[in-house]
Amino acid sequence: MRNWFKGGEPWIWMTAGAVALSLIAVYAVVWMTAARGLVHWWPIQVAETIFTAADGSKTRLIGEVRDREEVSILRLRESGYRIDTTDKFTTRYLIKQGNRDITGTDFKWYPAPMLGEFTYPKDMIAVERREWGHFYGHLKAVKENGRIVAEGPAAWNAMRDRLNRSNALFSEILGIEKHEIGKLNYELERLRLNQRKLELQNRLDDAAKRDFDARLAAVNAQFGALQARLDALRAQIGRDSFVAEVMDGQQVEISLAKVADAIMPNDMNVFGKIGHYLSKFVEFIVDDPREANTEGGIFPAIFGTVMMVLLMSAMVTPLGIMAAVYMREYAKQGPLIRIIRISVNNLAGVPSIVYGVFGLGFFVYFLGHNIDVLFFAESLPAPVFGSPGILWASLTLAILTLPVVIVSTEEGLSRVPRSIREGSLALGATKAETLWRTVLPMASPAMMTGLILAVARAAGEVAPLMLVGVVKLAPSLPLDGNFPFLHLERKFMHLGFHIYDVGFQSPNVEAARPLVYATALLLVVIIVVLNLFAIRLRNRLRERIRGLEGV
Amino acid sequence: MNGALEKSHAMQLGDIRRAPMAATDDYVLSVENLNLFYGGAQALNDISIKIPRNRVTAFIGPSGCGKSTLLRCFNRMNDLVDICRIDGRILIDRKNIFDKDVNVALLRRRVGMVFQKPNPFPKSIYENVAYGLRIMGVNEKSTLDDAVEKALRGAALWDEVKDRLGESGMGLSGGQQQRLVIARAVALEPEVLLLDEPSSALDPIASAKIEELVYEMKEKYTIVIVTHNMQQAARISDYTAFMYMGDLIEFGDTDSIFITPKEQRTSDYITGRFG
Ligand SMILES: Nc1ncnc2c1ncn2[C@@H]1O[C@H](COP(=O)(O)OP(=O)(O)OP(=O)(O)O)[C@@H](O)[C@H]1O
Ligand SMILES: [Mg+2]
Repeated sequence: MRNWFKGGEPWIWMTAGAVALSLIAVYAVVWMTAARGLVHWWPIQVAETIFTAADGSKTRLIGEVRDREEVSILRLRESGYRIDTTDKFTTRYLIKQGNRDITGTDFKWYPAPMLGEFTYPKDMIAVERREWGHFYGHLKAVKENGRIVAEGPAAWNAMRDRLNRSNALFSEILGIEKHEIGKLNYELERLRLNQRKLELQNRLDDAAKRDFDARLAAVNAQFGALQARLDALRAQIGRDSFVAEVMDGQQVEISLAKVADAIMPNDMNVFGKIGHYLSKFVEFIVDDPREANTEGGIFPAIFGTVMMVLLMSAMVTPLGIMAAVYMREYAKQGPLIRIIRISVNNLAGVPSIVYGVFGLGFFVYFLGHNIDVLFFAESLPAPVFGSPGILWASLTLAILTLPVVIVSTEEGLSRVPRSIREGSLALGATKAETLWRTVLPMASPAMMTGLILAVARAAGEVAPLMLVGVVKLAPSLPLDGNFPFLHLERKFMHLGFHIYDVGFQSPNVEAARPLVYATALLLVVIIVVLNLFAIRLRNRLRERIRGLEGV
Repeated sequence: MNGALEKSHAMQLGDIRRAPMAATDDYVLSVENLNLFYGGAQALNDISIKIPRNRVTAFIGPSGCGKSTLLRCFNRMNDLVDICRIDGRILIDRKNIFDKDVNVALLRRRVGMVFQKPNPFPKSIYENVAYGLRIMGVNEKSTLDDAVEKALRGAALWDEVKDRLGESGMGLSGGQQQRLVIARAVALEPEVLLLDEPSSALDPIASAKIEELVYEMKEKYTIVIVTHNMQQAARISDYTAFMYMGDLIEFGDTDSIFITPKEQRTSDYITGRFG
C-alpha cells in the first residue's frame, strides 16, 4: 500500500478523475441544452379527452401533453377532487391547451384519475397565431369573404392553399412596413435634423425653407402611395378565415391574416414532421421575434451578439497589444510598472456589472452626452450617442477584456528569447524594426490567445450590457441599408439577455422555456464558432512563425 | 552583389566611413583606455588594443575574463544592458563609436556579430539571410536573390540548402544554423566580423568547417574571434590577445604568443596550467 502511494499511482488516478469530471460537466451542459432546446420544434400530437372537475361537471379537453409528474393523492383530495383508490400516488399531466384568448391560461396541470381516455382525432389542427399563442380545434370549414368555400375533410387543403396566399401577402406588407416605410421615416428624420441644424446656425433662409418643404412634400407623397398599397394589401389579406370547434364546443372563426402557420399534427407522417421541424428551425434562426420574444426567431439577437463581439475585438486588440508592448518593451522595469501590472491583473477580477456602471456613467452620460452637444445639437434634447448603444456596449466590453489581452500579449512578448532580439539588433535593425519584424510576429499567437479568451468572456457577458445598450426588442439592426449603414448609436439585442428576458420576464414562461434552452445552445454554438475561427487563425500564425511558408 | 545594393550600402554608411587616415590605416578598430562596469563591478580594466585590418584576431582567456564583454563593445551590444557603464574610447576610422551622433544601426552593419549560440529567426532560410538587407530597404527580388546566394556561398552553406530556401531556419542542424547566422551577418558585407565562440556548440567536423570558413573570409573581412580552444586559436588567427580578469595581459602575433609568450600567466594558460 505504501509503495502504491509512493509510486505516484494515486496521483494518476486523481488527476485523470479530475479530467473525467470536467469532461462530464461540459458534456452535461451541452447535452442538456441541446436535448431540451432542440425538441422544441418537433410537432406534438394534440390529444382530446374528458375532464371531470372537482364539482363533478365534465368538460372536453384539447391540448398537447407537455409534462407529467407524480403527486400524492392526499393533496388532490385536499383540493377537492373525489378519487376512489387506495394508491398513495398518481400522475398528473401538464396540458398545453392553447387558445389563451378563450381559456385564459395556456398551461394547466390535470390529475390523471380525473381524465378520460386520450384520443387523437385526425381533424385536429394546431395553429400558430401571430397573437394569442397557439390555437387547437377541430377544423370545420374555410370561408372566403364570409362565405363557406370548403367543409369537412376538404377544408384542410383549402386552408393550406389560402394560408400560403395570406402568408405571401403578409410578408409583402411586412417588407413595405419594415424597409420602405422605415427608409422614408429615416429620410424624414434626416430632413428634420438638417432643417434644425440650419436653424441653429441661423442659415435657414427662405430658399432653404422652400427646398425643405419641396423635399418634405416629395417624401410625403411617397408615403401616401405606400399607404395606399398597404391598405389594398390589408384588405386582401383579411379575405379568408377558417372555422374550428374548440374545447367547449364553441365554433370559432379566425381570420387567416392572424395565422402564421398551421399543421394537422395527428395526421402527419415522419417526413412531414421532419419538414415542419426544419422549417421552424430555420425560422428560429433567420426571423424576427414575435409575441414578446416567445415566438418567431432570434435573428436580431444573433446579429447583435456577433456584431458586438466583432466591434469589441476590433477595439480591444490594438489597444491591448499597444499597452502590452509599451509595458514590456519600452517602459523601465521598475516598481511603477510592477504596480501597473498588478493593477491590470486585478482589473480582470472586477465584477462585470461594475464595468457596466462605469460604461453608463462615463461613456454614455459623459462622453456620449458631450458628443451630442458638440456634433448632434440639432437632435437635442433627444440623445444620439448620449443613450446606451452598441458602440458603448462594445467599448465597455473592450475595457472589461483589456486585461486579458494585455496579460497574454505580455506573456508572449516575454517568451521571445533575448538572443533573437540581439540577433536582429546586431544586423543593424533598430528597436522598432526588431519589434515589427521579429518580436511581434513571434508573439502573435499569444495575442490571439488573448483575443480568444476575450471573445469567450465578452460573448457570454450580460450584466454590464443591460446598462449600456442591450434591449429586449430593438426596432432596427445596427447595420442596415440606410446611409451611413453602420449605426453605432443604436440599441441592439443580445442572446444572453434574450435568454434572461424570454425565460424570466416573459408573460408566458412555460411556453418560452424550450426557447430558453434553444437560445442558450445557439449562444454556445456561436461562441464556439467564433473561438474556432480565432484558433484557426492562431494555428496559421504559429505555422508561419515556424517559417514553413514559401520564399 | 549588384550595383544598386553597393550604392545604397555606401550611402547609408557614408557618415561614418571616411577616407582612411594614415595612422589607422592598418587598424580597423582601436580601443583606448576602455573601462567597463556592470553596476559596481568592473569587468574591463583600462584596455587598449588595435585590431589589424583583414586579419584574424583571436581573444583567449579563462571563462569570465571579459572576452565577450569586450567583443560586445565593438558593436555597442552592451547598450542593451541597463547596468553597463563604459568610459574610454573605441575608434573606427578615427571616430569614437560611443559618440552621441553615431548611428548605432549603421555601426552594427559595419561591425557584424555572430553569437555563441546560433540564433536563427523563426523565418525561412531565405528570409533569415535577407533580413539585414530588408531592414536597409532592399526589397527588389533579384537583388535579394543574388545577395542571399552570395552570402550562403560565402558561409559554405549554399549547396546544403539551395533546394529548401523556403524552409525554416530553425530546422537546420546546429552547425548549419551557425553557418546560417554567419551568412546572415556576411550578407551585409560588414568590415569587421565578430565571432563569439562560433564553434563551441558544434562537433569537430562542423567546427572544422567554421574554421575553414574563417580562413577564407579573412580576405574580405577583419575577423575577431573568441575561442576557448587553443589549437583553434593557433590554427586560424594571425594575432592573439590573452585576457585575464578584465585585463589585457598580452597581445601580439599568434606565433610569438604561443611560442614565446612574454608573460608567465600567458604561458601558464596556453599550456593548460590554469583556466
Ligand atoms: N549582463 C551582465 N550583467 C552583469 N555582469 C555581467 C554581465 N555580462 C557579463 N557580466 C560579468 O562580466 C564578466 C565578464 O563576462 P564575459 O561574458 O565577458 O566573460 P567571457 O570571457 O566571455 O567568459 P566565457 O568564456 O565564459 O564566455 C563576468 O564576471 C560576468 O559575470
Ligand atoms: Mg563569452
